[in-house]
Amino acid sequence: MAAAGTESLRWNLAEEVGVSGCNGNLVNGPGSGSEEFHVLAVDDSVVDRKLIERLLKSSSFKVTAVDSGTRALQYLGLDGEKSTSAVGFNDLKVNLIMTDYSMPGMTGYELLKKIKESKAFKEIPVVIMSSENVLTRIHSCLEEGAEDFLMKPVKKSDVTKLKDFMVKGDQAEKGKRSSIKRKMDDDILKMMMPPTIASSDDDQSSSASHSPSSSSSSPCTSPSCKRTRLQ
Amino acid sequence: MDVIQMQRTWVEYTKSLYREGFLDSQFAQLQLLQDESNPDFVVEVVSLFFEDSERLLNDLTKVIDQQQGVDFKKVDAHVHQLKGSSSSIGAQRVKNACVAFRSFCDEQNIEGSLRCLHQVKQEYYLVKNKLENLFSLEQKIVAAGGSVPVDELGFL
Repeated sequence: MAAAGTESLRWNLAEEVGVSGCNGNLVNGPGSGSEEFHVLAVDDSVVDRKLIERLLKSSSFKVTAVDSGTRALQYLGLDGEKSTSAVGFNDLKVNLIMTDYSMPGMTGYELLKKIKESKAFKEIPVVIMSSENVLTRIHSCLEEGAEDFLMKPVKKSDVTKLKDFMVKGDQAEKGKRSSIKRKMDDDILKMMMPPTIASSDDDQSSSASHSPSSSSSSPCTSPSCKRTRLQ
Repeated sequence: MDVIQMQRTWVEYTKSLYREGFLDSQFAQLQLLQDESNPDFVVEVVSLFFEDSERLLNDLTKVIDQQQGVDFKKVDAHVHQLKGSSSSIGAQRVKNACVAFRSFCDEQNIEGSLRCLHQVKQEYYLVKNKLENLFSLEQKIVAAGGSVPVDELGFL
């Protein structure tokens, strides 16, 4: 069982929201030396939480699902109620954070920023999910350090690729991450350039920022293409 | 009806739901995520969708009924949520009705919004009814000792 003090506070919170291993049973948390990756999923939608949980578990990830950015920070111990600068390390062994973008209160972008500002957790890869394909949104998230931006509804194929982003505290991982980020930046620049795109509502609308009639001529399965393909 | 007949009916009924646009490929993704260790996944997630949607539809009705003036930001926020969850379970017609609804919200058009709300409700209750029929048939198949022939759908 968890030790007393801050540890038990965290586990109580986690049990409220449902920490489960891949076999569906409640576990006390990711074990040390476990080969399974632990994902913290953040989404205000109960339907999407259920879906993402099943998707992740079916790819053998351990999942902790919470319903807000605030809860996520509480879970990580970053909520400022204790001396957070002293809170040393990722003892929860969270390997990846997946968060919805549009959430009431704290958006996924704001959560991303807070995570990247924290000494203990800034190395954890963060993936953003959104139902809206907004280039400026995608770009800001990547600029802020998100590993990837997934269009909802999230599919199995999106999740199986997540293993590439898992951090094991390995320096080599960082190199890979920055090259993926560079590739995404290039893809975004390419998309902003084509002269043939005629957008009907590109100024105010918060939804798709380029015309539905533009489509890539070649099938595309890499994360960057999937991210921007219109639904 | 015997098990084979029920299974055939299940296949035809499911195919028709896809054909008529009630369901899209996202629902198929849900069916793929169901297995022996998670045999009730689809029913569970769809039940969450029903609860969530009914709450949202109630809230929407209240917000639109306001005599003092409609808070379109609130309306849009609710519709956005409903659009998201219907999209996540593959309830295509509900999702499409929500997309139309949001454009009336953008225009702050009360009449259009009222019509859309009516439309969204209709589509929701239709798909709810269809899915309940489907699940009921699945229960009967399982109770009779058979299994739900998901692989016979042919496109999964």
